[in-house]
Amino acid sequence: MQASEMMARVDAIVEEHGNQQSSIISILQGIQKEYRYLPEEALNYLAEKMDISASKIYGIATFYENFSLEPKGKHIIKICDGTACHIRKSQPILDALRKELNLPEGRITTDDLLITVEMVSCLGACSLAPVVNVDGVVYAKMTPNKTQELVRKIKEGTFGEDD
Amino acid sequence: MGTMTIDNKKVEFTDEKNVLEVIRKMGIDLPTFCYYSELSIYGACRMCIVEDDRGKIFASCSQLPKDGMKIYTQTPKVRKYRKNILELLLSNHDRDCTSCNITGRCDLQRLARRFGIENIRFGELDEKLPIDDSSHGLVRNPNKCIYCGDCVRVCEEVQGVGALSFTHRGSDLKISPAFNKTISEVNCVDCGQCRIVCPTGAITVKDDREAFWEAIWDPNKRVVAQIAPAVRVALGERFGMKAGEVTMGKIVAALRMLGVDEVYDTAFAADMTVIEESQEFIERLSSGENLPLFTSCCPGWVKFAEYKYPELKDNISSCKSPQQMFGAVVKEYYKEKDSEGGKETIMVSIMPCTAKKAEAAREEMEVDGVRDVDIVITTNELARMIKELGIVFEELEDEALDMPFGLASGTGIIFVATGGVTEAVVTRLLKDKPRNDEKPVLFKDVRGLDNIKEASFQVDDREVRIAIVHGLKNADNLIKMIKSGQKHYDFIEVMACPGGCVSGGGQPSPTNVEHRRERAKGLYKIDKTSFIKSSERNPVVSNLFEDMLKDKKHLIHVHKN
Repeated sequence: MQASEMMARVDAIVEEHGNQQSSIISILQGIQKEYRYLPEEALNYLAEKMDISASKIYGIATFYENFSLEPKGKHIIKICDGTACHIRKSQPILDALRKELNLPEGRITTDDLLITVEMVSCLGACSLAPVVNVDGVVYAKMTPNKTQELVRKIKEGTFGEDD
Repeated sequence: MGTMTIDNKKVEFTDEKNVLEVIRKMGIDLPTFCYYSELSIYGACRMCIVEDDRGKIFASCSQLPKDGMKIYTQTPKVRKYRKNILELLLSNHDRDCTSCNITGRCDLQRLARRFGIENIRFGELDEKLPIDDSSHGLVRNPNKCIYCGDCVRVCEEVQGVGALSFTHRGSDLKISPAFNKTISEVNCVDCGQCRIVCPTGAITVKDDREAFWEAIWDPNKRVVAQIAPAVRVALGERFGMKAGEVTMGKIVAALRMLGVDEVYDTAFAADMTVIEESQEFIERLSSGENLPLFTSCCPGWVKFAEYKYPELKDNISSCKSPQQMFGAVVKEYYKEKDSEGGKETIMVSIMPCTAKKAEAAREEMEVDGVRDVDIVITTNELARMIKELGIVFEELEDEALDMPFGLASGTGIIFVATGGVTEAVVTRLLKDKPRNDEKPVLFKDVRGLDNIKEASFQVDDREVRIAIVHGLKNADNLIKMIKSGQKHYDFIEVMACPGGCVSGGGQPSPTNVEHRRERAKGLYKIDKTSFIKSSERNPVVSNLFEDMLKDKKHLIHVHKN
């Protein structure tokens, strides 16, 4: 990432929300939308620009589960682990995906930055349990096999074509 | 205004900002970890809980006094809760007290003893977090942190640095610099104000005592010590003496007992700085370049400017600080003698300051590969060394400093209280007018503890405007005002710590407003009774400038690449 380009993007995001401390969360969301995560350089630049200490911004970014300081994949798969999904066996879906994507414990994103797998709290579609959300689209009554099929489509580049 | 009932006694209150202040005023020492009158109220530690007449328990620091309020500071419920809270704090705390740097001076330890915590029902955490000893001045041990947030608030609110913050959430909560870096990798300026307020051993001074002992015991080393002015008005506090009590003679005696070969006064070098820095100021005034001139004697401020305002680089005086000037001069003075006698001179400075440790280690602080200062010991470390030898400090007979570098003017002494540098430089600028204690109108303007002080006076038909600021947050605000064109100055003195060096990060804690005032008073007392009033009347300094430093001014200036 070019430093000047990053600065210009952050400037635009700050401009949009207003350079005041109370807008910090919206601004961080804007940066995350842009980069799919919160790059360190962008936060350091933001700290300087808004005259907030970098440590405070880091504190805000680490407080909320939704912010990520690690680069995320192009496609984000969220596996719901709310109560309904959990008892309808969401864990085997996660295990199968980790195996399919060769993700060891503690890693959520593939090395090629194609896919990120996250276990999340209730997505609010309990009647469809267990659900998986891929790039914002909800897939109902999933099984390990059906989810692996989705991943294969993503890998082949045919994901989303037949939907 | 109003009356409240505390433990069945009627108490009047006026403008106290919370119930805690009212309770303390009536003589009850309600405990706290997270309450400092100069910081924002956080209400985290819950030590100051009290019970009201309806049985409600609340933190008295976060409650406004109300007329007719009835509260109790000691009830079975309050006592039980407070002990329970303490026990929970201890459950997360590294309990290795015997080998802790601050054992005996720890607030957590003190309160555990005071409230009789003899058994902690909860197991200790197995997981130990890494200790951050990356900085030259400070060590962070997160295993001893109780999350009172004092360090976070002092760094942000008083210093405007914000090197530390609360990060993560819930049971993962940490206090950490940005991106989980070490403090040496972020904008920490080593001022040590976090260490002053830390109630446990989570932030301590980097301990350099061993290096000092080794140098003392090495027969091939000439150990030369310099004592900073602020040390002599604070060290006594560690031996039960009052803040501000001048113990210079005892410190000299103690250092000789430790085995130091020669003992000198940093104020001597402060005299040199005054002459050199005012010379620099006069030159800049006539050329008009790089004004305002910022002082360079405080390494916390210098580092702050480097991080936040790198564009001010050329406005900061190129003079080395007194500590570094002293080292450079002593090393030069003994150069020939050392190479003939096969000895090595080791410069040890006794400082009130943690940033001085980092300053001494800076790359540019050496001349031809010889470090200006080799070891920096803080007031607290020296106290521990004196205690280790079993010296009864308070009964020591005063001893005199060695010569020639033991001679200092009163001006050099007050260098370390806020406004001191300016007063010293101004004294020299107005050298035609003899300094007269009867009409120090100008100087009264610059003494004291207000956030930002300013004054102006005439020098050769030109109005010279000066400002004095202490506390980096105040400095930050001042620079913003200058940048926006609201203010114009020619000379600005900045001291990182509130009140100047007297409340440095290496001083005994507690260091509050009262301590600061008393320590500064001690310094002004020395100034009043000092034999030589102004820096340029210091004959040794004059000789040095005319003789040794004549062609070697580079020794006492910083040469940045």
